[in-house]
Amino acid sequence: MSDPTPLLSVTGLNVAFQTPRGTAQAVNGIDFTLARGEVLCLLGESGSGKSVTLRALMRLLPEQRSRISGRVTIAGEDLYGLPERRVEDLRGKVVSMVFQEPMLALDPVYTIGAQIAETIVRHERVSKAEAGRRALELLEKVQIPSAKRRLEAYPHEMSGGMRQRAMIALALACNPAILLADEPTTALDATVQMQVLLLLRRLQAETGMAVIMVTHDIGVAAETADRVAVMYAGRIVEQGTAAQVLKTPQHPYATGLFASTVHAGLKDRRLDAIPGAPPDLTALPPGCAFAPRCARRREACDVGQPPKIRMADAREVLCVDAVAAG
Amino acid sequence: MDTTALPRIPPDQVKVSRSPGYWATVGRRILADRVTLVCLVLLATIALAAVFADVLAPLDPLKTSMAKRLRPIGTPGFPLGTDELGRDILSRLLYGGRMSLLMGSWPVANALVIGGTLGIVAGFFGGRLNMVIMRTVDVFYAFPSVLLAVAISGALGSGMKNAIVALTIVFVPPLVRIAETVTTQVRNLDFVEAARASGAGSPTIIRVHLLPNVMGAIVVYASGLFSVSIILASGLSFLGLGVEPPQAEWGLMLNTLRQAIYVQPWVAILPGMMIFVTSICCNLASDGLRAAMEIKQ
Repeated sequence: MSDPTPLLSVTGLNVAFQTPRGTAQAVNGIDFTLARGEVLCLLGESGSGKSVTLRALMRLLPEQRSRISGRVTIAGEDLYGLPERRVEDLRGKVVSMVFQEPMLALDPVYTIGAQIAETIVRHERVSKAEAGRRALELLEKVQIPSAKRRLEAYPHEMSGGMRQRAMIALALACNPAILLADEPTTALDATVQMQVLLLLRRLQAETGMAVIMVTHDIGVAAETADRVAVMYAGRIVEQGTAAQVLKTPQHPYATGLFASTVHAGLKDRRLDAIPGAPPDLTALPPGCAFAPRCARRREACDVGQPPKIRMADAREVLCVDAVAAG
Repeated sequence: MDTTALPRIPPDQVKVSRSPGYWATVGRRILADRVTLVCLVLLATIALAAVFADVLAPLDPLKTSMAKRLRPIGTPGFPLGTDELGRDILSRLLYGGRMSLLMGSWPVANALVIGGTLGIVAGFFGGRLNMVIMRTVDVFYAFPSVLLAVAISGALGSGMKNAIVALTIVFVPPLVRIAETVTTQVRNLDFVEAARASGAGSPTIIRVHLLPNVMGAIVVYASGLFSVSIILASGLSFLGLGVEPPQAEWGLMLNTLRQAIYVQPWVAILPGMMIFVTSICCNLASDGLRAAMEIKQ
């Protein structure tokens, strides 16, 4: 990790969508970097901009309806400055994605083997037979039982967990440097979730790829992440190592989020909830977006955007209360 | 979990039932479906009979005989009787099948290609292109289909080719609509985005992911148009805009035998029966095929 240029860097990324109700500010100026082999978790509730951020990293957002500004650099290339052709070459080969709902993300009319082979053939121009062989290897790598037979299975013939494994195999087909995982375990039942997470972590360690995992499950973040970024209303409100952010959250939203999580010690107690509701993205307040729900709200909170403060332990917090380093 | 305690079965002893191939499954489903099977056999028979009409027909379909007009079914030498000009009905039905099947399939096949392409393009690219294509198509909806067919072939002049062009134009708009609707639905499914995320460009996505998922719906709808096309074509022939009189064509035969309905009702009904049987078989068979080719079951 001594590489001075990060694998992926995002600076001042903004994404806005034109909706009938006005312009929805889905992502508002986020910055982060991702080093080789690093696992970053984007944590936040529904509508906080996690999935939009992921899609922006692959230039998958519909170009007519979205306005994107800021800079995304992948392996030294400016993603939004590239022609579409080059972006297509990047997708699947350098950056690939695991989707939330594997039933919908696999084409129902093709067998698993055919879908994996298709991607390999497209990017590496190898023969069909070679691609088929690689597909089999991949299915074995993601621990699908009787992989050989599963190559010829259609998505509907597989269980949810197996489909997600197949989806992961598809994403890994061309050994990407970055894997984007959009809530990969949300559609699975609890026992399978853990298996898939362990699999992802093992594959990450084996291949040394970098992973960005989007989740609203704090357990998932704790289990997998090197670094955690907590998102609220399209901003990263706190970003640091997993241990820092999860153990001693500084931002009031992060504190509230972790306090409202169910765990074993909570039996027979009421869950602490954050009062209020997430803000309307078409009408964000001029000041801190979390201020209306914040217990520590002050006058300064409503004046303008809270500054990004770099704390002594190198984490970044977007709050007027955070204590800057030195 | 302690898996070491479980007895391990050597891999070569594991019995795994291989899933049969896709087309084998389709074949098995069709064989199990009586109705579809019967319809397919009937359609094949009709098609073969039409193709080999010159071998099978006992007499010249155009040879008239004033002495032997309107003979009933079962007359020696004329197994299905004769028409108002003394021509052999069986021979005319065989030759007429050629024309009718041609008039049924050509316009639909043309419209399938044109309408399907336009619809998929409109649905996939959306935006302004979609607007232009769909609003243009809407214009054709302003006219009832029969009237439109009559107007177009009237303007182009009579003859079989022009009738085919006219019918094609009539069938394009509904096919564009169906293709556009289905494409819009499929386009928004996750697997299209997943394909994009794995580096596929628009042409690949359309060819590999959109077409197979959209084709089923369009083809089933188009096969329903086949019978409509036969009927519209016979209507055009009746008005003197389609197949021209000495030629045999089921719709034309039905129209000319109309006047004989009180004299020889059973003979007069025969061409109508052929149209009916062909179109109903076509509709039932297409339903059956769609069910058999369904992947999610």
